[in-house]
Amino acid sequence: MEKSRPLWANPLQFVFACISYAVGLGNVWRFPYLCQMYGGGSFLVPYLVMLIVEGMPLLYLELAVGQRMRQGSIGAWKTISPYLGGVGLASVVVSFFLSMYYNIINAWAFWYLFHSFQDPLPWSVCPLNDNHTGYDEECEKASSTQYFWYRKTLNISPSIQDSGRVQWEPALCLVLAWLVVYLCVLRGTQSTGKVVYFTALLPYCVLIIYLVRGLTLHGATNGLAYMFTPKLEQLANPKAWINAATQIFFSLGLGFGSLIAFASYNEPSNNCQKHAIIVSLINSSTSIFASIVTFSIYGFKATFNYESCLNKVILLLTNSFDLEDGFLTASNLEQVKGYLASTFPGKYSEVLPQMRNCSLQAELATAVQGTGLSFIVYTEAIKNMEVSQLWSVLYFFMLLMLGIGSMLGNTAAILTPLTDSKVVSSHLPKEAISGLVCLVNCVIGLVFTMESGNYWFDIFNDYAATLSLLLIVLVETIAVCYVYGLRRFESDLEAMTGRGLNWYWKAMWAGVSPLLIVSLFVFYLSDYILTGTLQYQAWDAFQGQLVTKDYPPYALAVIGLLVASSIMCIPLVALGTFITRCLKRGDTPPAA
Amino acid sequence: MPDAENAFKVRLSIRTALGDKAYAWDTNEEYLFKAMVAFSMRKVPNRETTEISHVLLCNVTQRVSFWFVVTDPSKNHTLPAVEIQSAIRMNRNRINSAFFLNDQTLEFLKIPSTLAPPTDPTMPIWMIIFSVIFCIVIVAVMLLIFSGIRQRRRKSKGPSEVDDTEDKCENMITIENGIPCDPLDTKGGHINDVFMTEDERLTPL
Repeated sequence: MEKSRPLWANPLQFVFACISYAVGLGNVWRFPYLCQMYGGGSFLVPYLVMLIVEGMPLLYLELAVGQRMRQGSIGAWKTISPYLGGVGLASVVVSFFLSMYYNIINAWAFWYLFHSFQDPLPWSVCPLNDNHTGYDEECEKASSTQYFWYRKTLNISPSIQDSGRVQWEPALCLVLAWLVVYLCVLRGTQSTGKVVYFTALLPYCVLIIYLVRGLTLHGATNGLAYMFTPKLEQLANPKAWINAATQIFFSLGLGFGSLIAFASYNEPSNNCQKHAIIVSLINSSTSIFASIVTFSIYGFKATFNYESCLNKVILLLTNSFDLEDGFLTASNLEQVKGYLASTFPGKYSEVLPQMRNCSLQAELATAVQGTGLSFIVYTEAIKNMEVSQLWSVLYFFMLLMLGIGSMLGNTAAILTPLTDSKVVSSHLPKEAISGLVCLVNCVIGLVFTMESGNYWFDIFNDYAATLSLLLIVLVETIAVCYVYGLRRFESDLEAMTGRGLNWYWKAMWAGVSPLLIVSLFVFYLSDYILTGTLQYQAWDAFQGQLVTKDYPPYALAVIGLLVASSIMCIPLVALGTFITRCLKRGDTPPAA
Repeated sequence: MPDAENAFKVRLSIRTALGDKAYAWDTNEEYLFKAMVAFSMRKVPNRETTEISHVLLCNVTQRVSFWFVVTDPSKNHTLPAVEIQSAIRMNRNRINSAFFLNDQTLEFLKIPSTLAPPTDPTMPIWMIIFSVIFCIVIVAVMLLIFSGIRQRRRKSKGPSEVDDTEDKCENMITIENGIPCDPLDTKGGHINDVFMTEDERLTPL
């Protein structure tokens, strides 16, 4: 007896689910950084080339496989070839690692969101020290936004070896984040299908509001000019192309099994080619759109800091030389400095070491990515805007939507194979399976709420998914083209959707994309090998800045385990299937 | 007198504070300043007889900045810095408001201002919002779980099996031998179960 597969209520829900999954935090906090590092406007060239050559074909491949096989990742790859069930299992393992650590970002977003309802914003002022004569020392050395992030939110320890205790405030937020995710995946496509309307559309509303606000901020044009001025010499830099390829690859969320899971709930006649192109185009344009917003905010922050720096210098000179208040302005500063240097050389040379060299370019050149961008740089810009509470609430709400949208895809990648498997679904109802997965992930996620939690987060973020995904997608492409047979897949697709397969897709799947992935893989491996020991950034509370430290051996072991456990699934399952088949053939005579 | 033991340097940033409405610093403003210092000293027990003429200003610059001391003519010495410091600290607000300035624009070097203590509400605001959202989510989860359980109970009571509510197919589901057919592509027709469905084309393991 076959139970019918749940379906999306309409194709729009499927597209929104894919968009909601693909458009995530990486579009907001990684792409602007890459753009800044690799030549501004000229980075768009390798980015768009990689989109067309790598992003669209691989996305189409995953969606087509899911829609054709109508099962989660494990079942789908088992159907393609019995020896390749390990690919699906590897996807599930990687998704499991991802969902373990990704939700802590949502917990942090909740934390900042709840703290945005105060006046003044808690990260805009330093707390006082014990005898109320000045500000807290750590906060003075760093900045108030850094202090709030490292001390109040994370309560970070000086190194990964000092684990500390579980912080109950982030832990509560983590529990809430998992409850929200559970609420959304509880009923499968029925609940997920409704939620993705919000998680897909609301971030765009906020981004548009921020775009309007950002472009009208004082100094925004500085940031935009800085970003979009193309530095064409970067086109010759291989790192720019490699990073473009990597960004496209990870931004679309290939290889996790989420796309296969989503597509498996489609009607077989669904036009997934059109959807693949739409989703990848929307994903990339969102990245570019988000970087316009980010750079106008950068420009505002840099201009603000530059002008504060100038004002400090002006105040210093005015006080030291008892000049008339208001006489020194930004425009006559250089002239007056020259005049003072010549008229009072002795006094001037005393004051000189205290004067900072204010440079707008230096402020703009501080490139930040990841949690640092969202929780430190953006909050610094927000605290200087008018009605900062409103902007703060909007921003963290958008981060939440992006993060939860991606979490839905991740949990779908884990839940779909579980609910597909007869063994599990016959014993437990769907709600219980989802609840169990969320509970296990939540408990493990409490590790990231410890004082050293952020260091473990960085480990997972950098190593849990990168190498494994490249290998998984490579095996996927080779499996579909050469093991299953490209012609067979083509005729399947034609029968299913009624449309033929363009030669472009065939050329990409069979040749170009696997080559690209192999070169990315080789680059990553050589990078790891060449850098020698792996290092991380630790927060030093006494200096108020980040310092580089080496990972202890057990952390390196965890990294190795993370990478190995997902990659090893592929050969191990293949070997296991081979052995069981040999045994079966040995026990019984071969079937006719 | 500058840098004398009991002298204090004062610095005013009138134009920074008031912009266009800045007033010029002249001898009348100096008189007001002397009056405010004398007023602050008179509030100290033992010093009630301090007069404006006891406060001496000197080295007025264009900045505007100057030094002042408070003298005691009867004993012909300057009052100790500690006393002046505490007196000024107590009345800082009055002095500031007399000149429309604040702690940053009317600076007494060597007299640190007490920073405003942070307002700590009894219940942090974020906890309130957190609890509200938490309760809403828990209630929503419970509702969904219980409605799912109720649907399943209703299903198991009914004789004919109705498919999962997630299936959006509204057509009648053909029942053959008590088994519902796979409702894929049932729009407008019956599925002939003789032909295998796609999932069974490949032999499952």
